[in-house]
Amino acid sequence: MALVGVLALQGSFNEHIAALKRLGVKGVEIRKPEQLLTVNSLIIPGGESTTMAKLAEYFNLFPALREFVQMGKPVWGTCAGLIFLADKAIGQKIGGQQLVGGLDCTVHRNFFGSQIQSFETELAVPELASKEGGPETFRGVFIRAPAILDVGPEVQVLADYPVPSDKVTSSDSSVEDKKENAEEENKVIVAVRQGNILATAFHPELTADTRWHSYFLKMGNVTGEEASSSGIVPAQVSTSYKQPLQNELPIFQ
Amino acid sequence: MEGSGVVTVYGNGAITETKKSPFSVKVGLAQMLRGGVIMDVVNAEQARIAEEAGACAVMALERVPADIRAQGGVARMSDPQLIKEIKQAVTIPVMAKARIGHFVEAQILEHLGIDYVDESEVLTLADEDNHINKHNFRIPFVCGCRNLGEALRRIREGAAMIRTKGEAGTGNIIEAVRHVRSVMGDIRVLRNMDDDEVFTFAKKIAAPYDLVMQTKQLGRLPVVHFAAGGVATPADAALMMQLGCDGVFVGSGVFKSGDPAKRARAIVQAVTHYSDPEVLAEVSCGLGEAMVGINLNDSNVERFANRSE
Repeated sequence: MALVGVLALQGSFNEHIAALKRLGVKGVEIRKPEQLLTVNSLIIPGGESTTMAKLAEYFNLFPALREFVQMGKPVWGTCAGLIFLADKAIGQKIGGQQLVGGLDCTVHRNFFGSQIQSFETELAVPELASKEGGPETFRGVFIRAPAILDVGPEVQVLADYPVPSDKVTSSDSSVEDKKENAEEENKVIVAVRQGNILATAFHPELTADTRWHSYFLKMGNVTGEEASSSGIVPAQVSTSYKQPLQNELPIFQ
Repeated sequence: MEGSGVVTVYGNGAITETKKSPFSVKVGLAQMLRGGVIMDVVNAEQARIAEEAGACAVMALERVPADIRAQGGVARMSDPQLIKEIKQAVTIPVMAKARIGHFVEAQILEHLGIDYVDESEVLTLADEDNHINKHNFRIPFVCGCRNLGEALRRIREGAAMIRTKGEAGTGNIIEAVRHVRSVMGDIRVLRNMDDDEVFTFAKKIAAPYDLVMQTKQLGRLPVVHFAAGGVATPADAALMMQLGCDGVFVGSGVFKSGDPAKRARAIVQAVTHYSDPEVLAEVSCGLGEAMVGINLNDSNVERFANRSE
């Protein structure tokens, strides 16, 4: 059984591990640089990207993460994870934040606005449907989500989302630059792949549909065939104290 | 109603158009906050300190609970101007408190475009009997609870996130522990219960049967559950996490201490590495003075937690 690392600094890492479990794959929480050595692929979950960046900085995770991405091991970022993987992010906090980079694109942090503008939609996902079967659409949950404004030549666009140009009329300052974007291009990119890097602006871990997860796992298998057959799954290191029972939240339809 | 022949049916009595924000999206943001720390801040400068420390959200309010306690008087929703300033200053989610039952304050907060409303017992009550009907709002709500029944009642009213109340502004963790233990203990009892007994259990804790049954199946609250009220040190925060909470609120604990920036950072790290004593020991070193705190054996101390049921 393949081990998949899930960066567990903050955010929806439990949800990712639960989704992997539904596919019969064990997800391992990654909190320290040395733990990255035990896994062959990594999911960077949703959460607050500033918080996750701060925590990664405190524990000196960035060099290890960059190395992991550069080695071509499969990495998937959802929402905040997408921001982590992008080469360039706009709409950051004062002073900016560190990024892992590797994905040749520009991400607009918090593109869709505050929680009131969070939404759910059926996204057309032709690439995913052709590889994984199932319906032509995927239930995309966008929570204060980022969006990809432009991508480099090597990046394959897996899904986009139309932005109505008359969208949002709030008095927020961050909405201004968004409006001009919306006028010049009526679609924003919300899912991409570049080699072994996968990134989605929405949260597949919050839905019952595990196709993105199995798509990601297959990315891993192409490169690391030998690793997936290892019978020696290292026993869970139990240096930790009380770990509460991991019961997962329900999936709201 | 008689004249027009129009009747409203349950769940359709919305003040604003609700359907734009399904429950999954409301819970979704709370899920993104898991494993994080939400800090009370009273101005833009403190909000920046919290953001820099790694808080996953800030709670904008006029006075921290410790000051509300000390100064007394009626505590209300913060000045919208202040909330706007805080929202401008940071990119992380901003929450704000509304009085229990004061749905107009909640409407104002929704209009300001903040991310979460806390219907909080720390503010003075506006309605002794009724909470806000949170289904009527597109903005998600977090509510306090002391036990499982109270938590499930709030969820039925539309809360998308629960925090155990603790005793805000005391810097004393005892009540927070009591409430978390009460919720978790009840869930453990419920889990071992025969299905036939759940009806009576639901009646006993005065909670809706369907949610009780859902809790039994899940083995946890059906929404994200944070701890609050009395967290003052990294160890307090890790204690809440080890008891099974999804994250913590820190109110007066940070900005009533000697070195807020350092303490905030330590608490954030403690929540991520809550089960790693090595890290906990490291981050707890040299934090300066903690907030003084209040001994809760004194019966003259007002209990905010008992203000609502």
